[in-house]
Amino acid sequence: MYTQALNSSEGEDRNIEDAARAAQFQSRIDADERIEPNDWMPAAYRKTLTRQISQHAHSEIVGMLPEGNWITRAPSLRRKAALLAKVQDECGHGLYLYAAAETLGSSREELVDLMLAGKAKYSSIFNYPTLTWAEIGTIGWLVDGAAIMNQIPLCRCSYGPYARAMIRVCKEESFHQRQGFEIMLTLCRGTEEQKAMAQDALNRWWWPVLMMFGPPDQVSQHSDTSTKWKIKRFSNDELRQKFVDATVPQAQFLGLTIPDPGMKQNANGNWEYSAIDWEEFKQVLAGNGPCNRDRLAARRKAHEDGAWVREAAMAYAEKRRQRSALQAAE
Amino acid sequence: MATPNIPLWEVFIRSRNGLAHKHVGSLHATDATLALQAARDIYTRRGEGLSIWVVPSSAITASDPSEKGMMFEPAESKIYRHPTFYDVPEEVGHM
Repeated sequence: MYTQALNSSEGEDRNIEDAARAAQFQSRIDADERIEPNDWMPAAYRKTLTRQISQHAHSEIVGMLPEGNWITRAPSLRRKAALLAKVQDECGHGLYLYAAAETLGSSREELVDLMLAGKAKYSSIFNYPTLTWAEIGTIGWLVDGAAIMNQIPLCRCSYGPYARAMIRVCKEESFHQRQGFEIMLTLCRGTEEQKAMAQDALNRWWWPVLMMFGPPDQVSQHSDTSTKWKIKRFSNDELRQKFVDATVPQAQFLGLTIPDPGMKQNANGNWEYSAIDWEEFKQVLAGNGPCNRDRLAARRKAHEDGAWVREAAMAYAEKRRQRSALQAAE
Repeated sequence: MATPNIPLWEVFIRSRNGLAHKHVGSLHATDATLALQAARDIYTRRGEGLSIWVVPSSAITASDPSEKGMMFEPAESKIYRHPTFYDVPEEVGHM
């Protein structure tokens, strides 16, 4: 059940790590059982998942901004309707994920407040700007493509509510990638300028998209315990490689060049890519990407501008509650 | 200033006529009307449902998973509730 009400921590000391319980918990994980909200879990498992699921939710919500930027300027009604639907889906994904995070005992409002205060992270990719229409195509094709690679294994993650949310998300994500690829294909079959615009978008997004899979395996700080707890089923580098191998033939079909002159296919058929600039990744995560301040400012403004709506809806519900209580008393 | 909490609702959707409503997730809304509208927008964007129920999460009473052994024990020990407990000679055919 997805409720805070059922997750009241009163009378339960979650921080006492009973070794026997921890061992029993691990044996449930090893047996591929799903962990549900009211089951006993180690405090670190709860903390890791709250962090990961809420960051994932924030990413969906902040991810609406770069694409929302093009809704009013989409080149046709068909593209506009599709982009609107996609951005609405991202909002829905954020809400499924906040609901999953809440089952661990933090309220959505607390989690959102942490993000607005700049104390919670979201995917670094959304700190890059969308300068041209071709970037909307690139985001659908590559950013959503990379997200799918990451999310499909999460459908089997050990935490029930997260796994169930990911199943819904993945079902919807496939339309996102296909609409992005279709935009790219149309541009690549268009005029010289349109194809150049598509190439330019790929040039700017390729490396940031590879960074979406996170730091290389030897330095990733969360991987070991996440793997042990079956939150994570594949390593960052494994997923990155899968993504590159799937994407290279698609780029070839489009007639676009991946901006990595050193890239070559090895004997196993895998595409080997050049070194990733992890300093750039670190800088963007630290708040120094091209759009970090813009994104947070836009989220804060939306939150503040919506405050009166939340207050009015609460006041209205309270007035109705009082009125029906009065009527019942008469 | 911390954002005040808006009540939580559980959402149940009946996918096709003849099937029961099934829990699909939860959402925040200040009243039942808004909860229904939000449920439509969040959980039925692709024709997933013909009917929606929303229930305040606080109205649900749940069994305690840590007592599931005791709770469901009566069902474990009564094998005579299953058809396979009874022998029917093969000559009788399917029953």
